Amino acid sequence: MWRWLHPYAKGEASYHLLGRWLPWLTASALLVLLIGIGWGLVFAPPDYQQGDSYRIIFIHVPSAMLSMGTYTGMAIAALVALVWQIRTAEWSIAAIAPVGAVLTFISLLTGAAWGKPMWGTWWEWDARMTSQLILLFLYLGVLALYHAFSDNRTGAKAASILALVGVVNIPIIHFSVYWWNSLHQGATITKFAKPSMPPEMYIPLFVCIFGFMLMTAAFITQRLRHEILRQELHRPWVQQLLVGAKVKEQ
Amino acid sequence: MNKASYRSLVVALMQRDFKVAMRRKSDSINPLLFVLMVVTLFPIAVGPSHEVLGRIAPGVIWVVALLASLLGSERLFRDDYLDGSLEQMVLSPAPLELLALAKISSHWLLSGLPLVILSPFCALLLKLPIEGWLTLMLTLLLGTPILSAMTAIGAALTVSLGRGGALLSLLLLPLFIPLLIFATAAVDSSLLGMPAIGQLLFLAGFMVLTLTLAPLAVAAAIKVSVN
Repeated sequence: MWRWLHPYAKGEASYHLLGRWLPWLTASALLVLLIGIGWGLVFAPPDYQQGDSYRIIFIHVPSAMLSMGTYTGMAIAALVALVWQIRTAEWSIAAIAPVGAVLTFISLLTGAAWGKPMWGTWWEWDARMTSQLILLFLYLGVLALYHAFSDNRTGAKAASILALVGVVNIPIIHFSVYWWNSLHQGATITKFAKPSMPPEMYIPLFVCIFGFMLMTAAFITQRLRHEILRQELHRPWVQQLLVGAKVKEQ
Repeated sequence: MNKASYRSLVVALMQRDFKVAMRRKSDSINPLLFVLMVVTLFPIAVGPSHEVLGRIAPGVIWVVALLASLLGSERLFRDDYLDGSLEQMVLSPAPLELLALAKISSHWLLSGLPLVILSPFCALLLKLPIEGWLTLMLTLLLGTPILSAMTAIGAALTVSLGRGGALLSLLLLPLFIPLLIFATAAVDSSLLGMPAIGQLLFLAGFMVLTLTLAPLAVAAAIKVSVN
């Protein structure tokens, strides 16, 4: 496995590999999201109690789920960066953190928009909202630390350590906040045995979650490509790539 | 190196920290004065009524304790970094984690313990009912080592930056939230006449976990910063 993985520690190889994945990821993300959101917003039946306003679930739940998933991904990248000193993993922290922060922000925003008609308030100091807000702060902290150093390598390593400290803390924060106060309903779809929704609702929800996964992967891929280019700007292969692009344009 | 020389190294490191603190007393006293000042501001801002002050007292004292720990945290490794002794610690044959734990301990003895001792006075000023005093002191006794350990992580990460202050609070405050929740919940439940042992045991568990894992993170962060 190592022999197969090793070339991708080099910026150039992973840049081209990601470049090959990107169109597929983008196209499938667009397709799946179009199906999922179209199905959810137009064809799924309205809720007997919440009417049509429950439909924001098709954005709210996927973004909330992925906001935590991307943090885990970032922590794994951080571990790889610290243990094996692979630079691509260091850069992927800078690629993942903003995407995760935006997902967290979307879940907070849609949650507020959903909370206003249902609970009668934009914001409540409820467990899930609070822990999501803290997750946003953690993302912002990692980003701030990454960009705080003039030497990029130091910044990336410091941000990796912080991401790992955060991953130890996230379960603690999550549960402590949960015991502290709760208004949010329990998990709807983690009970895989019997979801507490009819299939006409949860199938489009699963499609949306899958679409959000693909979209997140596509964004991270694109951001990582940019980060690789920015970091390796002094390398001949990047200069060749950029000059080649210029020649093609003319 | 054998165990005895590790011990003498740790003792020497802590003795040096105390000597530095003795020679620059204002560094240790100013955060305590800050705590007293902020506690004084609350009765002026929200009015001196017993019910309001007694109700918010546990939260106020804990938030002030968090802010005070941030206030002094930048200096935790700054001087050692600037005069090169941090580099010597990295080079020393003793494990860096052990030295990090020694730094955390002396930082707690110089900043956390005085805060615990000062807390009944703050409770008096904020008119906290007497039932909550013991629990408040116990939460601070269990919580301030966590504060010292976590600020050590943040300080080690930002020590090579000239201007760590605001960044440090952005990094650390989210991580302090579980501590705040359990500590204030413990004091609140003892104010209601209920046993607070559950929350206190949680805090003790966090303390053990933090003191076990934080030295590893501090050592890694110092290695990154010293480079």
